[in-house]
Amino acid sequence: MAAMSPSVSACPACVAAHAAEAVAAEAKAQVRAGFVLTLPTAHCAVCIADVERELLLHPGVRSARVNLTQRRVSIEAGPHVTADELIARLAGIGFPAHELDPGALSVTETDRQGRDLLMRLGVAGFAMMNIMLLSVAVWSGAEAATRDLFHWISAMIALPVLAFSGQPFFRSAWAALKARRLGMDVPISLALILSASMSLYETFAHGEHAYFDAAVSLCFFLLAGRYLDFRSRAAARSAAEELSALEVPRALLLREGGEATVAVADLVPGDLVRVMPGGRMPVDGVVTDGASELDRSLLTGETLPVWTGTGSVVSAGEVNLTGPLTVRVTAAGRDSSLHRMADLVAVAEAGRTRYTSLADRMARAYAPAVHVLALSALAFWLWQSGGDLRLSLNIAAAVLIITCPCALALAVPAVVTSASGRLFRKGLLIKDGTALERLAEVDRVVFDKTGTLTLGAPQLANLDDHAGEDLALALALAKGSAHPLSRALVEALGSAGVTAATVSNLHEVAGYGVEAIWRGSRVRLGRAAWVGAKARDMTATWLQIGEGAARAFTFTDRLRPGAVEAVAAIRARGLSVMILSGDSDGPVAALAAELDVAEWRAGVFPAEKAEIIARMADAGHRVLMVGDGLNDTAALAGAHVSISPASALDAARAASDIVLLGQDLAPVAEAMRVAQLARRRIKQNFALSIGYNILAVPVALAGLATPLIAALAMSASSVTVSLNALRLK
Amino acid sequence: MEILAYLIPVSLVLGGIGLLAFLWTLRNRQYDDPEGDGQRLLAKDWDNHPRP
Repeated sequence: MAAMSPSVSACPACVAAHAAEAVAAEAKAQVRAGFVLTLPTAHCAVCIADVERELLLHPGVRSARVNLTQRRVSIEAGPHVTADELIARLAGIGFPAHELDPGALSVTETDRQGRDLLMRLGVAGFAMMNIMLLSVAVWSGAEAATRDLFHWISAMIALPVLAFSGQPFFRSAWAALKARRLGMDVPISLALILSASMSLYETFAHGEHAYFDAAVSLCFFLLAGRYLDFRSRAAARSAAEELSALEVPRALLLREGGEATVAVADLVPGDLVRVMPGGRMPVDGVVTDGASELDRSLLTGETLPVWTGTGSVVSAGEVNLTGPLTVRVTAAGRDSSLHRMADLVAVAEAGRTRYTSLADRMARAYAPAVHVLALSALAFWLWQSGGDLRLSLNIAAAVLIITCPCALALAVPAVVTSASGRLFRKGLLIKDGTALERLAEVDRVVFDKTGTLTLGAPQLANLDDHAGEDLALALALAKGSAHPLSRALVEALGSAGVTAATVSNLHEVAGYGVEAIWRGSRVRLGRAAWVGAKARDMTATWLQIGEGAARAFTFTDRLRPGAVEAVAAIRARGLSVMILSGDSDGPVAALAAELDVAEWRAGVFPAEKAEIIARMADAGHRVLMVGDGLNDTAALAGAHVSISPASALDAARAASDIVLLGQDLAPVAEAMRVAQLARRRIKQNFALSIGYNILAVPVALAGLATPLIAALAMSASSVTVSLNALRLK
Repeated sequence: MEILAYLIPVSLVLGGIGLLAFLWTLRNRQYDDPEGDGQRLLAKDWDNHPRP
């Protein structure tokens, strides 16, 4: 609990997003008295107790229950309680929390599916135990009537259980057959049906061997694999749902007789919209009134705010920083630059070749082989025994049971579950099942700068260059503005122990800076051009006293925690690292030097980023792209595998395979290590289960397999692969 | 071997009880938060008397 990340969103875009979330939260609180909050940092018994106790102290809260597996808390409260109060309360005791829209979480559907699988698994498990108990008696030499009795009881248990528990396999096998494919489920269903019906026939005919135990335990192990698979996918999906931000696509339309809030989709070119400070541009347009600065970092990666006044062209997605702007719409909805960027993503995603996972490749080779093997065993024994169908079918069923991909079906889900569980605890969310495999193949890592390697939050760089009097004045002026640079200045000077000078007539000049009167002369803090200074190639604000020369307060972008470690660890693995940024040369070069990265490019356009990635892919490289902005989205979608921080735009997160839940960047390197480990385990598991088959298949083909051998081979291989997967921890 | 006439039904009934208990836990949502339940064990809040 010590390493709690600050929940203060430092970049203006996040402020805007949060403002939008707050509006949405308010709207919902009025109709609903139940909340679901995510608690990304909760991890132990003390956290549970603290959170629940604190929430119950809040007047109006009736119940609060933490779910640690999903890192969520469900709250029931009276109608006057709002989520924001509860979030503030939790923030007070050090738990950052965000509200989730219960409607957007398809919890019930996932729950139902999970419980359904678990029930089938449980039923198969209990049946397996009972039948095994009876089978032990048969294996140890029960004869004649006793054996028949035991076989009958086994049949009575096994047949309904197989009909119930085997449904997921039968259904997907049927779907595969209808689509004229041979999935893994076709041999599975065939083995279940053939062995059950052969065993039933043998029981009727007082035969020696019945495979009810094998059929049911096959079903059990396969369901276990299926359930693990489902669990890791459900966990990823629910967490991904959590992340999809509540974007409120609304705009303030100016029309005769006042303002109206309308949906962005209803805007047409020619409309006038007002964008308040902190708000995001809903459309492309031209400024007709007002002056301000725009943060374009999410679109272009630039950290320097851009001055905007009457006649300036603005694009959707930019964030208005200082003054209110009136914008005449030139393009809205589909035609806006925001949407064109999204189209770029669609193109990149279409270009991404469908990755065939190790398991898929395995299944593609395996399923036909199993069928051919069983069929040739049937044909051979028919010919050998002179047409004894019963013997031949028995042998074919034994071959199917023994070759059945029990261990194979467990091999991948078991490893993926334990690897993604491990990474989830480190703050990484694996959205796509094959992401780990792809991550293991990466030989090149490309980072975005703003918002990825850095936090996109300015940090005062030259505190020591200034005299005490200047600092006091700067603090006094900075307090008069909500501009990100002013806030960074207030924070830095405040923590340096500077006391603000006394100024009068303090006011903000939108788009330029802050002005006041101090000891009878005018003092200004703001843009270079406004105070008669020459602009530099780095983020800066200027202080001017009277008509004197202006002094610069320069800022650097704050480095994301763990960035240095992550880059160093990736290079230590022998991978090349590159920085692609839309920002100007100066800040990118400085950052590259700080991180000791030789390869970097600045001023890259979004389409160019995707192109560079595509060129690398053509040259045979497997690229990992780490980025957060809209300008990275196409590159994220085009890369072999991609990671984005949780603070990234919705579109960027949607395009990436893995999401970093915390602020720290260090888990990226850990993810690569775990991915390679997981890949090795998966391959080992394949080797193990194939090894068992190589030993057992000849026995089955020779017609020597007994139910005991089948049960032993199956259980032993399934248990070995599961244990091998657990070794990952 | 008459003992089988008792033992087999007994084992089936015991197995059935186990299965019913499992279905009950499932319906009672006891598998929703395995990690949290494991951790709650360690909390000292309701050691002396059950939660009201």
